[in-house]
Amino acid sequence: MQQFVALKTIARKEVVRILRIWMQTIVPPVITMSLYFIIFGNLIGRRVGEMGGFEYMQFMAPGLIMMSVITNSYGNVVSSFFAAKFQRHLEEMLVAPVSNSVIIIGHMAGGVARGLTVGAVVTVVALFFTEVNVQHPLIAFSILFLTSMVFSLGGMINAIFATKFDDISIIPSFVLGPLTYLGGVFYTTALLPDFWAKLSALNPILYMVNGFRYGVIGVSDIDIVTAYTIIIIFLLLGFATCSFLLSRGIGIRE
Amino acid sequence: MASSHAQSQPMHALSIKNLSKTYSNGVVALNGIDLDVEDGDFFALLGPNGAGKTTVIGILTSLINRTSGEITVFGHNLSVEREVVKNCIGVVPQELNLNQWDNVFNCVLHCAGFYGIPRKEAKVRTQQCLEELQLWDRRTETARNLSGGMKRRLMIARALVHKPRLLILDEPTAGVDIEIRRSMWDYLKHINEMGTTIILTTHYLEEAENLCRHVGIIDAGRIVENDHMSAVLRKLHQEMFVLSLKEPLSDQRKLKGFNYKELNETEIEVQVFHDQDLNTLFDALSEAGISVLSMRNKRNRLEELFMRLVERREQEHIQKVIHPEINV
Repeated sequence: MQQFVALKTIARKEVVRILRIWMQTIVPPVITMSLYFIIFGNLIGRRVGEMGGFEYMQFMAPGLIMMSVITNSYGNVVSSFFAAKFQRHLEEMLVAPVSNSVIIIGHMAGGVARGLTVGAVVTVVALFFTEVNVQHPLIAFSILFLTSMVFSLGGMINAIFATKFDDISIIPSFVLGPLTYLGGVFYTTALLPDFWAKLSALNPILYMVNGFRYGVIGVSDIDIVTAYTIIIIFLLLGFATCSFLLSRGIGIRE
Repeated sequence: MASSHAQSQPMHALSIKNLSKTYSNGVVALNGIDLDVEDGDFFALLGPNGAGKTTVIGILTSLINRTSGEITVFGHNLSVEREVVKNCIGVVPQELNLNQWDNVFNCVLHCAGFYGIPRKEAKVRTQQCLEELQLWDRRTETARNLSGGMKRRLMIARALVHKPRLLILDEPTAGVDIEIRRSMWDYLKHINEMGTTIILTTHYLEEAENLCRHVGIIDAGRIVENDHMSAVLRKLHQEMFVLSLKEPLSDQRKLKGFNYKELNETEIEVQVFHDQDLNTLFDALSEAGISVLSMRNKRNRLEELFMRLVERREQEHIQKVIHPEINV
């Protein structure tokens, strides 16, 4: 019971934070994605023609929704957890009888809340540009939800190791961004030469984007079972890593 | 703690055995300290900067991992029953660690939630704590807009919301003006009288002397003094008093039987040993026809003792480093 109350407290605190600074958390990603829809979808997309048997805009929409979920889930936890560490109010949780699992799940809840909220708003924006007829709603939602959890954990790992504000932007800029762009958001891997297609298979985000695309428009470069397997493996790895780091006090205790 | 208490075997709020901490950079912060604090005590943990006070508190509150040693809080071993121990402790750290963007009410409310207090009850307790610390009127303001004294009081409210049996205050009145400091003293005395054990670290030794019943002095990672406050103060063999005189001291009027020096025309500093009482001093003053307007300690008594202990350790250190045979 005590842990459940603590979990609700952390989750509520995170959600309140997202809503309090909605001009920083919700609006900017929506504007960015709208520009993607206008420029890549509407202006350039018309000249691209079909992709994977769909209008380019229709093909691209699930990728953009997934991209916004990934970056916002990650960004929420990395900034919130690092700010708590930097301002030292993380100590409130560390001195209280809050278990490490509750700290992780509570922050993950915040990341998922922001990721899915932004994803929902971007979906609404997408409806202004194209039709979004979800073929497999359960698959689409579960892939989105699990991916959001994975990247929330990723954000937490980044925040645990970060010692200055620069450290929380390095991974998103130099790792997360490139992997997302090369993860099949804008294209199908069928277009790639054999070597690059095989190399792309090492990119976990490819499985997430294609899994979600399968849920929305019913086509994917990747087998859906493989996509679920990869996502769940990363989820378990992420959780185990966070638990290990918190239990050892790495980055948060002397 | 004092050996006189050993026979009655009081319940220990805190018991530390052979606690050591060596940081990753090789600095030995604690060198096998033993410390007991009785249930209901008001205990001062004193020491110069870098002595190891904050390290002890960090280890007690699970913010710092210890190298070795055993800690029990109200009989619960920190290594085995960490959650129970955490529930027993409330802590006010030395450095501000409030979420600067939360409002005052939420700062306390969230903390209650971390201790598993259901939201409805947490709101009631939050109101009680904020009222007791005179912050209820500021409940909607963000923490960053509060004055330094208010932030300190907010941290105390936050530490008390789960009704801890042991409250640890790491320099709670640092940078707080005298009026607020005294109101905080009154409040701390009140909660101690209500049964909360308090461990206080402070650089204001007057504060420790006024509030605390027991004192432990830590220096260079070792406990160098640990006893009842009055017993510690008795260890002072002499005290220096500053007397303000009604008239300037003339050659004809000299104080006999006491060492003294003239600070200025109407002020003298008198050395009084423990085998001399103040009545003898006043008799000597009357005999010499010296009228005294006021009298004060040159230095706070605890401060005097503290300085001697620390200076003695520094001299011993210099002696070892320079040459064992050279007298410093």
